[in-house]
Amino acid sequence: MLKDQDRIFTNLYGFQPWDIDGAISRGDWDGTKEIMAKGQDWIIGEMKESGLRGRGGAGFPTGLKWSFMPKESKDGRPSYLVINADESEPGTCKDREIMRHDPHKLIEGALLAGYAMRARAAYIYIRGEYVLEAERLEQAVAQAYEKGFLGSNACGSGYAYDVYVHRGAGAYICGEETALIESLEGKKGQPRLKPPFPANVGVFGCPTTVNNVESIAVAPTILRRGASWFSGFGRPNNTGTKIFCISGHVNTPCNVEEEMSIPMRELIEKHAGGVRGGWDNLLAVIPGGSSVPLLPKSICDTVLMDFDSLKEVQSGLGTAAVIVMDKSTDIVKAIARLSYFYKHESCGQCTPCREGTGWMWRVMERLVLGKAEKEEIDMLLDVSKQVEGHTICALGDAAAWPIQGLMRHFRDEVERRIDVYHGRQVTEAAE
Amino acid sequence: MPKLTINGKEIEVAPGSTILQACEEAGVEIPRFCYHERLSVAGNCRMCLVEVKPGPPKPQASCALPAADGQEVRTDTPMVKKAREGVLEFLLINHPLDCPICDQGGECDLQDETMAYGRGAKRYDENKRAVTEKNMGPLVKTIMTRCIHCTRCIRFSEEVAGVTEIGAIYRGENMQITTYLEQAMESELQGNVIDLCPVGALTSKPYAFNARPWELIKTESIDVMDAVGSNIRIDARGRDVMRILPRNHDDVNEEWISDKTRFACDGLLKGRLDRPYVKRDGKLVEASWAEAFAAIKDGISGLDGSRIAGLVGDLNELEGTYAFRELLKNLGSSRIECRQNGAAYDIRQRASYLFNTGIAGIEEADFCLLVGANPRHEAAILNARILKATRHRGLKVANIGPALDQTYAVEQLGDDAAILSDILAGKHPVAKKLAAADRPMIILGEQALARPDGAAILKAGHDIAEKFGLMSLDWNGFNVLHSAAARVGALDLGLVCDGGVEGILADAASGALKAVFLLGADEINPSRLADCFTVYIGSHGDHGVQQADVILPAAAYTEKPGHYLNLEGRVQLANRAVFPPGQAREDWTIFRALSAEIGPAPLPFDSINDLHSALYEALPHLADVDVRPQAQWGDFGSDGAVARGPIPLKYIDFYQSNPIARASKTMAECSAVKRQKMEATGTHG
Repeated sequence: MLKDQDRIFTNLYGFQPWDIDGAISRGDWDGTKEIMAKGQDWIIGEMKESGLRGRGGAGFPTGLKWSFMPKESKDGRPSYLVINADESEPGTCKDREIMRHDPHKLIEGALLAGYAMRARAAYIYIRGEYVLEAERLEQAVAQAYEKGFLGSNACGSGYAYDVYVHRGAGAYICGEETALIESLEGKKGQPRLKPPFPANVGVFGCPTTVNNVESIAVAPTILRRGASWFSGFGRPNNTGTKIFCISGHVNTPCNVEEEMSIPMRELIEKHAGGVRGGWDNLLAVIPGGSSVPLLPKSICDTVLMDFDSLKEVQSGLGTAAVIVMDKSTDIVKAIARLSYFYKHESCGQCTPCREGTGWMWRVMERLVLGKAEKEEIDMLLDVSKQVEGHTICALGDAAAWPIQGLMRHFRDEVERRIDVYHGRQVTEAAE
Repeated sequence: MPKLTINGKEIEVAPGSTILQACEEAGVEIPRFCYHERLSVAGNCRMCLVEVKPGPPKPQASCALPAADGQEVRTDTPMVKKAREGVLEFLLINHPLDCPICDQGGECDLQDETMAYGRGAKRYDENKRAVTEKNMGPLVKTIMTRCIHCTRCIRFSEEVAGVTEIGAIYRGENMQITTYLEQAMESELQGNVIDLCPVGALTSKPYAFNARPWELIKTESIDVMDAVGSNIRIDARGRDVMRILPRNHDDVNEEWISDKTRFACDGLLKGRLDRPYVKRDGKLVEASWAEAFAAIKDGISGLDGSRIAGLVGDLNELEGTYAFRELLKNLGSSRIECRQNGAAYDIRQRASYLFNTGIAGIEEADFCLLVGANPRHEAAILNARILKATRHRGLKVANIGPALDQTYAVEQLGDDAAILSDILAGKHPVAKKLAAADRPMIILGEQALARPDGAAILKAGHDIAEKFGLMSLDWNGFNVLHSAAARVGALDLGLVCDGGVEGILADAASGALKAVFLLGADEINPSRLADCFTVYIGSHGDHGVQQADVILPAAAYTEKPGHYLNLEGRVQLANRAVFPPGQAREDWTIFRALSAEIGPAPLPFDSINDLHSALYEALPHLADVDVRPQAQWGDFGSDGAVARGPIPLKYIDFYQSNPIARASKTMAECSAVKRQKMEATGTHG
């Protein structure tokens, strides 16, 4: 279990003041100028060494991502850092807590990250529903400007840097980095084709890096305490600490910062008070937010909560939003609801996702009742394969995976319902 | 030059090509819906998926993937086949299978691709989506349930037409293409979305349910609605022109045509002159050709050539115009005028009235000065080129003249023509920009040249061209913008006279002229011709026939082969798609026959070949078909001060600018919609 002195988010629960004085008393904004003085290459090197992988879901190494940014502007275009605070993945609420209770971690991180990639400014794109968080963030940015931590001479380093908070209108797809950029530019939030990648042509046509809130917020502490401290947690390639959001059928749902690679069972039992009705009452867990395939209890018994371990069992760490479902759950209905979510949130750009998500949802709704033929399960899987990997962004994949996970582990249940449905019809007809 | 293999065949392609382009070069067909050569890449239909190594183990959209050295592309693997089948299945689940009542039937991309890649049976048993129709004005009919969301129309309107009036609203399967406020697009190019739409979602409203593509006889020809000379295809059934479509010509119209070009064709059936008329007792009565010729003979008998004049209209082909000139020459008259707009064109130097830069040349320019020109209405296709150059090449445009929306950013310098003198004297800030530009161009419009000091303005344009480096060995930035298809050809034939149209009309009113021949001249006010003997030769009963004593029915542009010179001076050949209605005849045959009747001697050509020989002798450059001429530079215009004062805004209704358009019901509807909008917004003329 992570020791208290190793926690990065020391005000995750808001027991202390969120404002700049509170933040300074917790050690934020401490020696920021000195860190900047060590130079851009040192910062990026340290981030690479720490092994931090993007906390937004894809798990791309953060230091490597920063290093893709141009070292100097050959054509006069400035660089930008965009922080993705459009946290919309069902089950996920980690960024919300960071922005609500510890916004200065994010803002300091924005400065350091932006400085490391030679950015002129950071845009924090926050989802429209986060009203309180956006207000906090705006206040926190104002406080940082007042103290001279941001602005034309950020932290006295001589580096000019601005941070802007931009509110989205609450679309899931705007959490996809290129759709976020489109939305930030004032256009309809639809993912862009890649290449060109944002590091080359991003927001307003300038080199841009898009990072998750958590990835940016942990950066100052990593730089202060050293890469080796951070990489000391977890398994190789899955290092560091991570905020897990545990929700669903547990006794005490919570956000908790823990070491990576903690066993799922330990995570749930230690921090969330265990599964409702005991571990044996567990039916399944969605380990990383709604887009990753669910895992049945047999796998949950032993699996570790990190990128590689979850990948091995054909799921993923995603945003580390652990959704626990006990045996009272109508698992087919749960996944059907997720299908509705993806149908509702598809941007409508690519054919497979636009048409496929609606099709899959409609079939799922029938499967909930069992009002289908067993062949349709294979057809549904085939349709999901026709969506997966055929679209511009990963929403198509995200819509396909929960269904594939359901059929992989709970096909029996789906087939049983079909039998019951048809069987009842037969008996009713006989009466 | 990246070298890659496509289905095992090695090919080298130009740098910057996409995989799709490489495949096309290798002769491998890639199905596509959203991709279009002339629009930006959207990559959203996912039909063009191919397998590429190295790369992720999933199919890639070939339209968006740059070709790179050493790639192995396969389009014939099970993975690709399955991907295409899958996409097509998705497209079809919500597409109504109403091909039998769909106007796109027979020329539908979705139909064709389904034949090639479709699955045999359907698996989708849920309800289909229905989408409400959108009002897109009198030209574009929408059946939005058929829409496959390729977004070609959106990209076209933004990138080519320069209006952001088509867009997508809602998301996911509820996404809809709309004009937001459900009104007609404010664009002169909107009809092109009909061609771009790969399915039957956007179809032609005037042509709805009129014909099937396989019933139509297709004739390649040239458009006369403006001076651009757009390449068109005339689709006819029987004697009726059913529709007009664009043909590709990279140097002229690319593959766009204006709405007037496309939709004015219903005017070819309305208000036609299909038999000769002779005025008897103040009233026009039907007559035979012989009676009409006799009446003309009577009307001009004993008249000296100096008492006869001719006016040439805007839509005529060179053959008819040449024969007209020869006819009047036979009668001893050389007073023929083609400048119905009153502009001071100078025929001493051909370069003085051509669009010397060329339409495609606009894309090389980096600074453009408009002087009294409204390219959006006078040459909509050319305006699309300027927009393209501003979007892709960083062309900057400045304007002297009335401030009009040209669909791109224009620096408005004011409407005082004397700014030209200031520029010439180096006193105006634009002088610096002209001097700094690598390839500057100037476009003189009709409004500027039609001023009383038009010749001085022409001269000022000439001097600016010389002073600011608009002329070099490989660049000519001096341009005159025409709006009439016949104008350049007529100027080549030298059909100008002192005093212009105004002089002829004044002399006709004063009695100095006794007979005036109008060859399709409809853009004048003929009231002053009341007292002189007037012969009208043309296709439509329009302004020109109002005072006519004899009317001779002639063929319209779809009904005769002919040579046209566009505003660049490019020679293009039109073909006959249908025959003229009733007793109407091709212009040159009328003049040949008339010359035999009224003497003194018949014109010396008995066949079209004879006529062509004579014409080629008169204008040797006609032999260079479809070549943009390099006209020789020289002195033109006349010295004199450019008077201070605004270049007048002459409001021209784009949809009503010639007799065919005025006869067209569709154009009248467009005009009404536009008028309504202008009045509603308070920006009325």
